Amino acid sequence: MEHLDPSIVDWSRAQFALTALYHWIFVPLTLGLTFIVAIMETIYVKTGDEWWKKTTKFWMGLLAINFAIGLATGIIMEFEFGTNWSNYSWIVGDIFGAPLAIEGIMAFFMESTFFAVMFFGWDKVSKKAHLLSTWLVAIGSNLSALWILVANGWMQHPVGMHFNPDTARNEMTDFWALVFNPNAYSKFLHTISSGYVLASLFVISVSSWYLLKKRDIQFAKRSIIVAASFGLVVSLFNLTTGDDSARQAALHQPMKLAAMEGLYEGNAHASLVAFGILNPEKKPGDSKEAFLAKLELPYALSLLSFHKLDAYVPGIDQLVYGDMEKGIMSAAEKIERGKDAVAALTAYKAAKKAGESAKAAESLQAFEKNSHYLGYGYLNNPLDVVPNVPLTFYAFHTMVLFGGWFILLFIIILYFSMINELNERRKLLWIALFSLPLGYIAQEAGWIVAEVGRQPWAIQDLLPVHMATSNYTSTPVMTTFWLFAVLFTVLLIAEVKIMTAQIKIGPKGEDHV
Amino acid sequence: MFENLSYLTLQQYWWFLFALLGALFVFMNFVQGGQTLLFTTAKNDLERDLIVNSLGRKWELGFTSLVMFGGALFAAFPLFYATSFGGAYYVWMAILFCFIIQAVAYEYCKKPNNLLGTRTYELFMLINGSLGIILIGTALGTLFTGGNFVINDMNLSHWTKASYGLEAALNPFNVAFGLMLFFLARVQGALYFLDNIADETLNRRNRIVVRYESAIFLILFLYILFQILTMTGYSYDPATKIVTPEANKYLHNFMQMPLVTAMFAVGVLLLLGGMAMGAFTQSIRGIWLSGIGTVLSVTALFLILGYNHTAYYPSLADMQSSLTIENSSGSRFTLTAMSYVSLMVPFVLGYIILVWLAMNKTPLTAGEVEQDPHHY
Repeated sequence: MEHLDPSIVDWSRAQFALTALYHWIFVPLTLGLTFIVAIMETIYVKTGDEWWKKTTKFWMGLLAINFAIGLATGIIMEFEFGTNWSNYSWIVGDIFGAPLAIEGIMAFFMESTFFAVMFFGWDKVSKKAHLLSTWLVAIGSNLSALWILVANGWMQHPVGMHFNPDTARNEMTDFWALVFNPNAYSKFLHTISSGYVLASLFVISVSSWYLLKKRDIQFAKRSIIVAASFGLVVSLFNLTTGDDSARQAALHQPMKLAAMEGLYEGNAHASLVAFGILNPEKKPGDSKEAFLAKLELPYALSLLSFHKLDAYVPGIDQLVYGDMEKGIMSAAEKIERGKDAVAALTAYKAAKKAGESAKAAESLQAFEKNSHYLGYGYLNNPLDVVPNVPLTFYAFHTMVLFGGWFILLFIIILYFSMINELNERRKLLWIALFSLPLGYIAQEAGWIVAEVGRQPWAIQDLLPVHMATSNYTSTPVMTTFWLFAVLFTVLLIAEVKIMTAQIKIGPKGEDHV
Repeated sequence: MFENLSYLTLQQYWWFLFALLGALFVFMNFVQGGQTLLFTTAKNDLERDLIVNSLGRKWELGFTSLVMFGGALFAAFPLFYATSFGGAYYVWMAILFCFIIQAVAYEYCKKPNNLLGTRTYELFMLINGSLGIILIGTALGTLFTGGNFVINDMNLSHWTKASYGLEAALNPFNVAFGLMLFFLARVQGALYFLDNIADETLNRRNRIVVRYESAIFLILFLYILFQILTMTGYSYDPATKIVTPEANKYLHNFMQMPLVTAMFAVGVLLLLGGMAMGAFTQSIRGIWLSGIGTVLSVTALFLILGYNHTAYYPSLADMQSSLTIENSSGSRFTLTAMSYVSLMVPFVLGYIILVWLAMNKTPLTAGEVEQDPHHY
């Protein structure tokens, strides 16, 4: 590690962020649209109405275009843990690799096997077998998300493992703790429900375009009713899972919560910032105001975080500088203990190699005393524990703001659909059309909150990002970064062009049914 | 159940699963081989459509096998995952690049307004089917010839060559291994078309591919086999774990593991039988024989590579850094837990086979492709 090129950390981060951000453009739509087409096909099978078959096939066609590029951007992410984060792969691979492998066995094969039936099996298998295949694709894609988020939940809140000084890695000790990690479930439910919201927005947005163009009216209206009903239910669910996600952050990642809220000074009646402009001059530990302007909901942060109006919520200052009264250890103290742990581990390994068993036992004892802080031993400055506050804060508030807007939009759209006045409300249709990009922004913002808010950690409190990278110069990563940046951008443009062309062709392309 | 197995047995079990997955992936490479035939046996748009749509129903299974191969490696042999992927960076990234472009090629190829044009997406298929497979073969060849890595006391690895894996292409064995896989994939692709496409003209050309390219494959296969049997491998002492070179190590492994040798021999015979069926008879079922043969022989080859106290990934920079199934695996706890998960594999294989049979009941016809608005 002593020869590590410092820029490798930034380039590795940049490449992973690039691939994850691109991947996350496509996956949420797949997660939700598979369910929407499954619902539509169920209506077709139940009613026998060929019109629903045509509708199902149209949305399925758009799903396929999106699905393909989701796969393209997804494969790289799995392997990047090895190519760009090889230390990570060893230090936590014993735990982290398991959910990825289970995802492959349980979800990917289900998705890919039944995907072929869903698209090409209309005349090869029975109606019911085809419907089952469509549902299995939906379930498979969501199961895939489950295992990925079990892995990601573990990165946010590592459980069920211990550090083995002999192998110098973390090893799994409790599989069920990993699987039932509450952080994983709140993230899973929040993520998939946000995917359903995006898919609903997508169907509403595309259908609104048809209504604005005064074409395929019946198709668009029926699609909107399915999507708005589904969207309203899942967006309300998304609200509750979002609350739980934030609560998990309060319990296990207080620094992330503090950054999400721009909370520098902790207090027992913490307010929730509904809207705020951060003071760019503000630094941890100084006496400047954190906000230039803000609108607060009194007590709400304490209430939402710990379900008590007077619950103490620590701020960035307490988490960096400590607060003995509240039992919060300073980052400097943790770093010091961490460095003791690193030194003891090094001494232990050297003694073992030299066959000095007494010294090894002594070093091991010293290591175990501070092993909990091992990750901190690789940090140098207490301020390193603070993530990018403005990015986390604004991403979080953007996500919440848009999430609230989507609930309102689904209610309004559903209401006008029910009273059959939707195609007369052209302004509303335009708003619905342009709400789709907001859905994508909210998705990316959510990812930023989860990942940037966890910095500097790859694994919360356990492994800093700079310790997780591969040990080489930055040149190879720079090369592939630009290669992927160009490739993914070209593929994204191609996807959007193909998608818009298919939308323009419209459901009449399915007229043979 | 799995708790009662020794750590070594668990490591061997997971090496077997890894070998099986690798073999299934090599079998599924018929998709890649078929993609390259798009530029060989297809002479017009209709024939190209038939090929693309025949493969289009299967390509995702191959793609998933690769993902699963990676996932199983990560969970079961994380030190290999860290060392090889993190070290031979350029090679693995080039392989991934070849698979990224495959993922969009089918869906975007014939769609209107697809930005790059149909021929570009067909070129993506060609790159995936040729360069992708040759690179994978080259990377697999390094399991025999070794990599330039060092692993420190904390089990963290680094690569000692600034070419980060590209140097593997300078080794004739590795390149021959890649070419062997490439021709195997092409022959299997042609055999698959015989079974899956109802077009006599196209299949006449496919039989010619099977006839001539099987011969090229055979020459490369014999060269590789000869090299493997005569090369120096690396064995480790079960007690001290010290790695030492051993002349004819893989030959010894064949001799000391008769069951694996038998598996390999049966696999090779079935593979050659399948090729002969496609080349010299009118049978369309050669793919089944050659497919089973491929799975058996490749699985056996991986077992020869990792069993019997063999370093399956020798280090050229520091012999004692060489990877073995014992020093590179997950913990006993993880291997045990994952072994329970592996009980799902027969179930997964079962539904894949059922779906495959249902979808392949009748060979693909030009009419079917034309009538399907979602065709590729």
